Amino acid sequence: MATLQNNGCWRVLLLAAVLCALAGGSRAQTANTCLDCHGVLDPPLRVTPEQFSQDIHAQKGLTCASCHGGDPTKADMDAMSKAAGFRGKIERGQIPGLCARCHSDGNFMRKYNPGLRTDQFSQYQTSVHGKLFAKGDRKVAVCIDCHGVHDLRPATDTRSKIYALNIAQTCARCHADAAYMKPYGIPTDQFAKYNISVHHEAMTAGGDLSAPTCTTCHGNHGAAPPGVDSVRNVCSNCHVFQAQMYDKSSHKNVFQAAGLPGCVVCHSNHGITRPTDAKLGTGPEGVCMQCHSPGDDCDRARLGILAGLTKLDESIKSADRLLAVAESSGMEVSEARLQQDQARDSLTKARVTIHSFQPQLIEQDIEAGLKITAKDLQAGKDALAERDYRRKGLGVTVVFILMTLVGLYFYIRQLEGSSSKGRA
Amino acid sequence: MQLLKHCREWIDERFGWAKLTEPLRHKTVPIHKLSYWYFLGGITLFLFGVQVCTGVLLLLYYRPSANEAFESVQYIMTRVHFGWLVRSIHSWAANLMILTAFLHMFSVLFLRAYRKPRELTWVSGMILLFLVLGFGFSGYLLPWNTLAFFATKVGTEITGQVPLVGHTLLVLLRGGEEVTGATLSRFFGIHVAVLPGLTALLILLHLALVQRFGMSLPPGVEAKWKVDPTVVREMKFVPNFLLREVMAWYIALGVLGTLAALLPWELGTKADPFGAAPAGIRPEWYFMFMFQTLKLIPSKILHIDGELLGIGAFGLAGAIWVLLPFLEGRREKRGGTLIRGAGIFALCYIVAMTIYGYLAK
Amino acid sequence: MAIEDSQPRRTARRRLVEILLGGGVFASVVSFLYPVLKYLAPPPVPDLGQDEVVAAKVGDLKPNGSKVFRFGSRPALLLLTPEGEYHAVSAVCTHLGCTVQYRNDLHAVWCACHNGTYGLDGRNVSGPPPRPLEKFQVNIRSNEIIVSRQRGA
Repeated sequence: MATLQNNGCWRVLLLAAVLCALAGGSRAQTANTCLDCHGVLDPPLRVTPEQFSQDIHAQKGLTCASCHGGDPTKADMDAMSKAAGFRGKIERGQIPGLCARCHSDGNFMRKYNPGLRTDQFSQYQTSVHGKLFAKGDRKVAVCIDCHGVHDLRPATDTRSKIYALNIAQTCARCHADAAYMKPYGIPTDQFAKYNISVHHEAMTAGGDLSAPTCTTCHGNHGAAPPGVDSVRNVCSNCHVFQAQMYDKSSHKNVFQAAGLPGCVVCHSNHGITRPTDAKLGTGPEGVCMQCHSPGDDCDRARLGILAGLTKLDESIKSADRLLAVAESSGMEVSEARLQQDQARDSLTKARVTIHSFQPQLIEQDIEAGLKITAKDLQAGKDALAERDYRRKGLGVTVVFILMTLVGLYFYIRQLEGSSSKGRA
Repeated sequence: MQLLKHCREWIDERFGWAKLTEPLRHKTVPIHKLSYWYFLGGITLFLFGVQVCTGVLLLLYYRPSANEAFESVQYIMTRVHFGWLVRSIHSWAANLMILTAFLHMFSVLFLRAYRKPRELTWVSGMILLFLVLGFGFSGYLLPWNTLAFFATKVGTEITGQVPLVGHTLLVLLRGGEEVTGATLSRFFGIHVAVLPGLTALLILLHLALVQRFGMSLPPGVEAKWKVDPTVVREMKFVPNFLLREVMAWYIALGVLGTLAALLPWELGTKADPFGAAPAGIRPEWYFMFMFQTLKLIPSKILHIDGELLGIGAFGLAGAIWVLLPFLEGRREKRGGTLIRGAGIFALCYIVAMTIYGYLAK
Repeated sequence: MAIEDSQPRRTARRRLVEILLGGGVFASVVSFLYPVLKYLAPPPVPDLGQDEVVAAKVGDLKPNGSKVFRFGSRPALLLLTPEGEYHAVSAVCTHLGCTVQYRNDLHAVWCACHNGTYGLDGRNVSGPPPRPLEKFQVNIRSNEIIVSRQRGA
């Protein structure tokens, strides 16, 4: 009995020792005791282990001490020792410098992600945010405002504040807040306008993540509005043909001389809606008459262009209608349907050529489209002719059937008539 | 004519053709006010012949795989010479055949032609009716368009509700748990091989029985003729009645051709198994009355699942209908009135539910 | 007397009915058989199924030339390089769906809408297109150029 008791005691002690060693050992592996307390404190001091595990820095092996200093291996308040370099909450003015300490160091960053750029801080210093920051403005955006902190995610993570779909929202946190932006005297309607734009639609409804968002035109770290003369350059990154035609057009030099912002004059900057032929009209969406006078050469040219585009549009629609009728009658018109797509491409091309502001060039595209629709219209008519041919064939067959029926009727009468006559 | 005579003699010398066709030449058809109803059986048979011919023609171009079925039907409709005609006739004749089959059944019921000794003729006819409905259900899926796909989905889903054997039946029909290309293969095999074989056999049986027992007389006419034999009017089957039947068949051909040319059967859009069912999915008109009934039944009646009750009711009604001649009982007059009442109720119910089904939504 | 008089009329009537019936039956049977016989003849455009199409005949294309043809319900592009190789790709640009074309000056497939460029194998080389064009297999059978979907792999 005594031996057993002794053995039991030793066993418990051994177990306790193993557990302590394990616990101590695991602490040594994460070496981040800060989260033990800060995980259960109330905000703004709260940083939970779950939250921090999402952080890209934590995943790369950094700890709280990497930015805040202190000793992450010590338990309780010993961790926040001034001797170990503890800084407490980083003062806002120190944030860009703190981040740049690593992110501007090429040799250091190469150890973690050789492909990452290291010029973010120098770019920031050229931005409106950076310039105001240098003057002491602490309201402007610093690194953590856009990237987050403690659960900072890479831009490819869909939950990141700087994921393509989320960027506009992140900028709008300040730029759509009228009260916050009051001292700066710039509009705060950009976000609202962008949300109705065709670029926003391309990203959200069309799923095209390469569609423009705030940073596409303004830059991200070096964020600033493109100058009046640079608007054409920015837009031309995607809208190559419109820019090429615009360059050769009459409007380029005129706008430049007048200090007008190129593309923005007709298309606006943030609220870029899908352009329709109404832009060439005289209604609320019309842009030409904002400068030109009614009755002058340009007004007449405008009318000509609008008439040409409308003609092609109508021609495409009427061919489509005829083909639909033929199809619903059971006729085969898939070849013509395919050609209609090419006609639609011609119309798109004609609308791009508007930016040359040369009616004869636009006419060329319209003519090409009209040739195609004429052929498709003919195909539709041929299909309907075939349908009528079938009906005529049916008519002929019905005549033969009726002939047979009449013949049968009289034959039966004959058959039965002769027998009755015989009886009589 | 000489050639024909020679051929007939040649066959007769070897097969006793004249003796074989003797009963047919003696067969007579009674003439009375209700004689026109006698045509319905022949028209249904003719339409079946049309279906076999157009079906075989379609078989030459149709491809029974989920990948190609729709495109092959499109090819038939648009590229094959007169493919549009063959396909539209096949679709229209199918509907007409089901209609005439139903009319034939109801006319036999109301003219009381199911009575002794013709009970088995009725039973074989009812089985033929079910086979014809099976043709309709299996054939409908073959173009593999959206309507067909979802109608089949709903139809086989309802089959799955039958107690005990329902799920097995569903898996057997669908060739799996869901409606897929496997279902198409199965339905194709059933439509072009299984059902035609069974139908051919049953038609032979049905015709042999009709031939054996001759044309039945409606009870009123029978009584009148018994009283006064001089008013009996009959015509020979060959050639008099047959010629009239040929007239009816020619009219049917004309109607089919007109329908095919003026109201071609639509192609629809290719089925997308992962797409959403379009709004207003419903079966073809001949299943509409059952479908509408199931929709109207409340989900629970006295703790029993409503749909189950509906299916059970239709199953029971079907069984009763097949066994109708045996239920008349000894008191012929009372039994007859009961059955006529049931017939009127069934006809009105089917017509009303079908119309309701189309008007609703 | 009456019976004798009506005989020639009866015969004439009989002849007329015979002609009507015989002619009607013959004509209607022909009008049923004619479509059936035409139906049996294979149509000029063969049904090779969804995955194969005769795009052109040998000799239709000049070296460094191209042709847009229909593959299924979408356009496809067949091109012949100066070295004599045939290539076939889908002609639907992967950016916004415009129909691409072969640029014989660039020796590349190009989309006029937003200046997207693809290689001859459909790889997206520059511009907005996010994905390559679907590549098709080209075979030559007698003097026909057959384009089919890639098999296996």
